[in-house]
Amino acid sequence: MNLTVKVWRQKNSKSEGKMVSYNVKDVSPDMSFLEMFDVLNEDLISKGDEPIAFDHDCREGICGMCSMYINGRAHGPKTGITTCQLHMRSFKDGDTIVVEPWRASAFPVIKDLVVDRGAFDRIINAGGFVSVNTGGVPDANAIPISKIDADAAFDAATCIGCGACVASCKNASASLFVAAKITQLALLPQGQVERASRVEKMVAQMEAEGFGACTNTGACSVECPKEISQDTIAKMNREYYAAKASSKNL
Amino acid sequence: MTKLDSKIPEGPVAEKWTKHKFNLKLVNPANKRKYDIIVVGTGLAGASAAATLAELGYNVKAFCFQDSPRRAHSIAAQGGINAAKNYQNDGDSIFRLFYDTVKGGDYRAREGNVYRLAEVSVNIIDQCVAQGVPFAREYGGLLDNRSFGGAQVSRTFYARGQTGQQLLLGAYSALSRQIGLGNVKMYSRTEMLDLVMIDGAAKGIVTRDLVTGEITSHAGHAVLLCTGGYGNVFYLSTNAQGSNVTAAWRAHKKGAFFANPCFTQIHPTCIPVSGDHQSKLTLMSESLRNDGRVWVPKKVGDKRNPSEIAEDERDYFLERKYPSFGNLVPRDVASRNAKEQCDADKGVGSSGLAVYLDFADAIKRLGENSVRAKYGNLFDMYAQITGENPYKNPMRIYPAVHYTMGGLWVDYNLMTTIPGLYALGEANFSDHGANRLGASALMQGLADGYFVIPYTVGDYLAGIGPKAVDKNHPAFKEAEDKVKAQTKKFLSIKGTKSVTHYHRELGRIMWDYCGMARNAEGLTKAKGLIKELKEDFWKNVKVLGEGEELNQSLEKAGRVADFIELGALMVEDALNRNESCGGHFREEYQTEENEAKRDDDNYAYVAAWEFKGEDKAEELHKENLKFETVKLTQRSYK
Amino acid sequence: MGWLSKALSGNLGQKLIMSLTGLFLISFLLEHLLSNLLLLKSDGADFNAYAEFMKTNPVIQAAEYVLFGGFIVHIIYAAIITVKNKKARPQGYAYNKPSENSSWFSRNMGLSGSMVLIFLIVHLKSFFVPHKITNTATMTIYDDAIITFGNVPYTLFYVAAMFLLAFHLNHGFQSAFQTLGLRHPKYTPFIKKLGTAFAILVPAGFAAIPLYICFIR
Repeated sequence: MNLTVKVWRQKNSKSEGKMVSYNVKDVSPDMSFLEMFDVLNEDLISKGDEPIAFDHDCREGICGMCSMYINGRAHGPKTGITTCQLHMRSFKDGDTIVVEPWRASAFPVIKDLVVDRGAFDRIINAGGFVSVNTGGVPDANAIPISKIDADAAFDAATCIGCGACVASCKNASASLFVAAKITQLALLPQGQVERASRVEKMVAQMEAEGFGACTNTGACSVECPKEISQDTIAKMNREYYAAKASSKNL
Repeated sequence: MTKLDSKIPEGPVAEKWTKHKFNLKLVNPANKRKYDIIVVGTGLAGASAAATLAELGYNVKAFCFQDSPRRAHSIAAQGGINAAKNYQNDGDSIFRLFYDTVKGGDYRAREGNVYRLAEVSVNIIDQCVAQGVPFAREYGGLLDNRSFGGAQVSRTFYARGQTGQQLLLGAYSALSRQIGLGNVKMYSRTEMLDLVMIDGAAKGIVTRDLVTGEITSHAGHAVLLCTGGYGNVFYLSTNAQGSNVTAAWRAHKKGAFFANPCFTQIHPTCIPVSGDHQSKLTLMSESLRNDGRVWVPKKVGDKRNPSEIAEDERDYFLERKYPSFGNLVPRDVASRNAKEQCDADKGVGSSGLAVYLDFADAIKRLGENSVRAKYGNLFDMYAQITGENPYKNPMRIYPAVHYTMGGLWVDYNLMTTIPGLYALGEANFSDHGANRLGASALMQGLADGYFVIPYTVGDYLAGIGPKAVDKNHPAFKEAEDKVKAQTKKFLSIKGTKSVTHYHRELGRIMWDYCGMARNAEGLTKAKGLIKELKEDFWKNVKVLGEGEELNQSLEKAGRVADFIELGALMVEDALNRNESCGGHFREEYQTEENEAKRDDDNYAYVAAWEFKGEDKAEELHKENLKFETVKLTQRSYK
Repeated sequence: MGWLSKALSGNLGQKLIMSLTGLFLISFLLEHLLSNLLLLKSDGADFNAYAEFMKTNPVIQAAEYVLFGGFIVHIIYAAIITVKNKKARPQGYAYNKPSENSSWFSRNMGLSGSMVLIFLIVHLKSFFVPHKITNTATMTIYDDAIITFGNVPYTLFYVAAMFLLAFHLNHGFQSAFQTLGLRHPKYTPFIKKLGTAFAILVPAGFAAIPLYICFIR
């Protein structure tokens, strides 16, 4: 099939960008969306035009690197998948596809479709961990955890840090990302010691990065490739209020 | 000729590590902060090493080419991680894990290293659980296990089909904590392009900032390469697009020997290729073989729909040939058998390059919901990629390049032949022999990073003393200039063919002649083809854009240039090894039943290659493998 | 109390204030609707007596300040959060399809809230100001209501405002519980249903009164 692809082109973080239209021919429905971009880029190179920069790595939906806003939605028209898992059979011959980078002040554009998601790392650095050094830990089976809690913690822990939640939220809020980590560790016995300080620090960092506030539209969970639930955000709020009311951190 | 000293401690295998740990020199706690350690790569090995060394008090600088350390390709490992916990009371032990791994590796791994790996495997699970890794659990709250290929006990710990992700996020969280505390300085979107050596020892690296293009260098008392494997030399593999050999290869060209490069693992359960556009292959966890049955039609060229093929017209070839292991034979055996069936024109699907992996019996026995709970995400993945429903039709699978057992040669301390340069995880060669067992890669990456390097690196550092590395030494400028010159060279060729074109061509040569089955004739031909490809590359490659900006073609050009050179060495190594073992199957050397035929008299050695200069033949060094505990036998999974 | 002001100044603190004031205003709506039902009686005595009670009871007087406070805080914080959220995405998408992942009501709380605010000002000017503040009313509040709602354009304006209130409540009711962290598979489905029922029934009840007065009575 033949397609028209409108892509955001921006030389670097300082320059202005604009949408540019390209025609892509002979697209196979079995191609992944990124493979369609490979074909487009090969074509651009052969014409002497600079290829489109875009983030991608594992191409199997787990590294969280790919990050395209396709036809008005994070990771494109299907739910529960990343851009690299989107296949061209989801489109029709003659379609026009609009592709933009994630838009958020906390995710500045580096080039074309590549954005800087360092803010996510800084939020984790602030407290998204259990403070245990290597060695000197108890036997793994010394900490029994109910299967229900372990499964719920796992569901939250599946977050791939792609940023689709921020991209699709009308407020560019990072609540779902932050809540997923807080929920995982708050559900597990290992996370209890730092439970209050963790939520305080991570939420403070989230604010310092300039993400917006959650207004509970639910868009993030719908667009999340791992379908992380709104339950986590409610849990984060609960943890936060409890921590603020009871923590010894004045 | 350099004598290879593996530094394996003397004494019974079970006491080697304990004894060695005691003999290693220590760095006193107050002195640790005077040492700078460079860690390249932030996968399981790199993240765990960086975090652990920072916890001990060293200054750590960590580097990754991705936008965040959390994205390293360890994240994609699905099935699980082995550990000799014997929680299932099914007869597992450290010795059994050791034995299975040596045997699974077709007796081409070092006993000492493998035993240590099995020994620390139990600590890894404890460590990960303490970090909050949500492993699968039983209703009673204790950890669950599953079985994996090449073993008859259930020792694999897992987190649904995303074990690698959960383990990496655990290591990443430990690393993040140290970054937050200021003990690790993290450089993401930064690629190592050369090693800096002073007086024959590793003292730093040259890097390129992938956003600004700036080329600079970093000094350190030791350099740890945790840069993963080189499966992308085949173009199509289950590796991430960015996975590359550049850091290891440039270290090789500075004097680090490269060991057993031809040992590559072809994973049996991948989704078959669908067309020329394909950029990567997707693996389906080996755990699927626990419940899925592999079959092809008995009749040659039978193109009927699988549902129309009656039970007695199907050949469950793994169950037939290997009754005691059945569908759970090791990866190399499963892959080779699938290839054999397809070569006999019994392959299925439009390309004929696939076999069925059928869950109909499991669904009948356990119910669809049970199967969904165990493998749901894998089934979804299959459905997305192929557009078919695996609950209704059997999956089609075909082997794909997955892991490389070869890598930089390291001694028992994980040090390469360059003093101060270490290689951890998939980047080294040491633990898996000629074939890696499932769920052992995660184990090795974390073992090296959490529990081996923190001891061994201290021994070296205590020896050289804490005197700061002289950043003004001309070696830094020299190495930087060399990297800058290469960048300039790529941009100045202004040829006609894209970097991807060359990568794809290289992949085709490697897969055809140095893939699942190799022979002397093909390998000799491949040598010539790669030589031509290399010449053409340096004449006609087209890299657009500039050096001082984010330039993905330029990044790739450097990686592909190194892959081409590595490809040549792999072919050389495969040609040298006149035997079949594990993932290295030379068609000339097989038993009457078409199994791999080892030649222990002549090839029970590690082939370590020394770089002798551009376009010169590399020199082979042999490290003879000593088997004091395990008796060498013909591997049998019948 | 530095910790409290700090806790309430962040996104989550501000959202807490929004949800608590929102729930408080919701409770007021219910009270207001029940008393308005007295307008349906053909005799205005009860309504007038109720109005007189509301006007003079000291407890109610005090509560009135709290109510106004609730409105003002809800509006101010809405403005603060909206400004902050706009800043979080200075450059929007050239092509966006938010309808695929969220409801119109949930994304347009600012719009529906602003419209309700305009209505509120008109509404206060019609009844509260002349009867309570300036005491310039020339008739009983019951008679005033009958006459005002007899005016067709006014009644239609009132009904339109109730539609917007319904939109606002439909998201606001359940969102308040979500913000407070009160979410559980056991009761969240009930809260959502209750919220929708409240968002339909309460504004419908309000709208029914002028409609009855204007067109049926």
